[in-house]
Amino acid sequence: MKTENQRAWFFVLPVLLLVAFNALVPIMTVVNYSVQETFGNNVFFWQGLDWFEQILRSDRFHAALGRQFLFTFLILIIEIPLGIIVALAMPRKGMWVPVCLVTMALPMLIPWNVVGSMWNIFTLPNIGLLGYFMNDVLGVNYDMTQQPISAWITIVVMDVWHWTSLVVLLSYAGLVSIPDAYYQAAKIDGASPWKVFRYIQLPKMKTVLTIAVLLRFMDSFNIYTEPFVLTGGGPGNSTTLLSIDLVKIALGQFDLGPAAAMSLIYFAITLLVSWLFYTLMTKDDAQ
Amino acid sequence: MAKITLSDLRHSYLPNPSGPEDYALKEIDLDWEDGGAYALLGPSGCGKSTLLNIISGLLQPSEGRILFDGKDVTDLPPDQRNIAQVFQFPVIYDTMTVRDNLAFPLRNRGVAETRINERVSEIATMLEVEEMLDIRASHLTPDNKQKISMGRGLVRDDVNVVMFDEPLTVIDPHLKWKLRSKLKELHQRVRATMIYVTHDQTEALTFADQVVVMQDGEIVQIGTPVELFERPQHTFVGHFIGSPGMNILPAEQDQGIIRFHGEAVAIEGAVTGEGGKTELGVRPEFVTLAEAGIPARVRKVSDVGRHAVIETVVGDTPVRAVVDDADVEQGAEVHLAFRPDQTRLYRDGWISSEVSS
Repeated sequence: MKTENQRAWFFVLPVLLLVAFNALVPIMTVVNYSVQETFGNNVFFWQGLDWFEQILRSDRFHAALGRQFLFTFLILIIEIPLGIIVALAMPRKGMWVPVCLVTMALPMLIPWNVVGSMWNIFTLPNIGLLGYFMNDVLGVNYDMTQQPISAWITIVVMDVWHWTSLVVLLSYAGLVSIPDAYYQAAKIDGASPWKVFRYIQLPKMKTVLTIAVLLRFMDSFNIYTEPFVLTGGGPGNSTTLLSIDLVKIALGQFDLGPAAAMSLIYFAITLLVSWLFYTLMTKDDAQ
Repeated sequence: MAKITLSDLRHSYLPNPSGPEDYALKEIDLDWEDGGAYALLGPSGCGKSTLLNIISGLLQPSEGRILFDGKDVTDLPPDQRNIAQVFQFPVIYDTMTVRDNLAFPLRNRGVAETRINERVSEIATMLEVEEMLDIRASHLTPDNKQKISMGRGLVRDDVNVVMFDEPLTVIDPHLKWKLRSKLKELHQRVRATMIYVTHDQTEALTFADQVVVMQDGEIVQIGTPVELFERPQHTFVGHFIGSPGMNILPAEQDQGIIRFHGEAVAIEGAVTGEGGKTELGVRPEFVTLAEAGIPARVRKVSDVGRHAVIETVVGDTPVRAVVDDADVEQGAEVHLAFRPDQTRLYRDGWISSEVSS
């Protein structure tokens, strides 16, 4: 029986067209800007890879990229373990399950710019609840509008507050899918709680954790709204993460060429690191 | 290895059980002899798994004690009871190799590494999994996974009892038979007490020397497969075991004569007790078509290979007969004869006739 023919392509064609229009075409416009210079009136001059070279050599880009990696690294090493710990502590059955789940989901339902505004008001020195408490009750000098350290602590804590729930919910989904028999067998085999975690819970959570790490990496690496609303990238440039810097170049200075080149580099880094994470975390299964 | 005694065991999943219907297990008194091969047979929800989990210590009974060789273990956790349990779905530690899986219970108990290697290779030989020792356990087929989870139980040489909770559920039919005979062989080699929980009578009857039949949280009969087949103590055992099960027929007791649909029926021996609901029990294998006897009409004849099952109705009571060759047509009027020494009387479900000596 011969079933091979080329007819399948016709079924894939609509999807290809759709992808072309919503992904390829916009990306190609960016590519177009990244290799040319324009002074308006639709007049373009060929620039080659000059913009790329300029961005890659610029200290400003290096600094923003460094801040971006630091931010992503901090939130990943806090949110992933914290999310797992909270998921482990959550009840598996009973009336508290829906209460916990809804409470966990709440932060994720709040629009991003609202989160930024909330935390801005919450942390303003002297008038915000936290700002007042830190400065006037505890006597700690805390001012995220003036001190880079305070600003960094605030954006990291804000992101942890906003997104740890995602890790919790994904881990929890992995945990509840483990049949009771595994825990019973572990009890009979005399496994310690650490071994139960290491050899039963962690392996069973691995797939969802891979997804959690990838989502949290991509989201935090591309973060814009919350820190922009909270600190506007300041004080100084201390919290100017990559996308905040990109928007400054593209819309503030209207340097379309360098901004386009930076976008493509940014995109390539995100893609590369995501691929690295994915490859490393799924390596064992392929063996 | 040990003799296991269950004394006055009762269990309820409710915090404050009030009546017998609140108990998943009602009054279990039972001895499992050292080295025996037992099957715990009963329909789903009859309390078999509850009983198993109580023996392994995963569940605390509401009342009663569990003794291993006379020593009270009721309050001991599972890992201190030295038991092994194989679950319905194979439990293996995915990220470990087969070797590490087998060594796991020993490592948790701090056994010396040389001793562990010795035991692991012994068990691997016994289970015929030597060539798989160094591959990741997650790559195994379900039947091999089930072997490994069995091996994790057997690897401890001080194991008191190995329990199987419907272990063949996920195994392909053609491998079921193989694994079952492997179990039987293992039992003969290690001589550990084994308890095999199942709702499948074939599995129970082929594995066990003694079958414990349960229904609604109660033990209805303990016996060898032959005893269960030939002389069920309860109508439930009668129709649960055998394919098709025993004919259970409404009967009247009339001054020592047992009548079924007005016809006098000879039974095995003297009738004990009186009153209650009386029923006749006769296996289809011992019902024959005869020249004279109880008039019946054939409703259906099904040829199942070596023999045929004839479904008849007497009045509106169905009676099945298993015969070697069925030369009757559907709708035919026939007469049935019951073999007297295989016909029993039951009163309120329990046997109420004696074997005449």
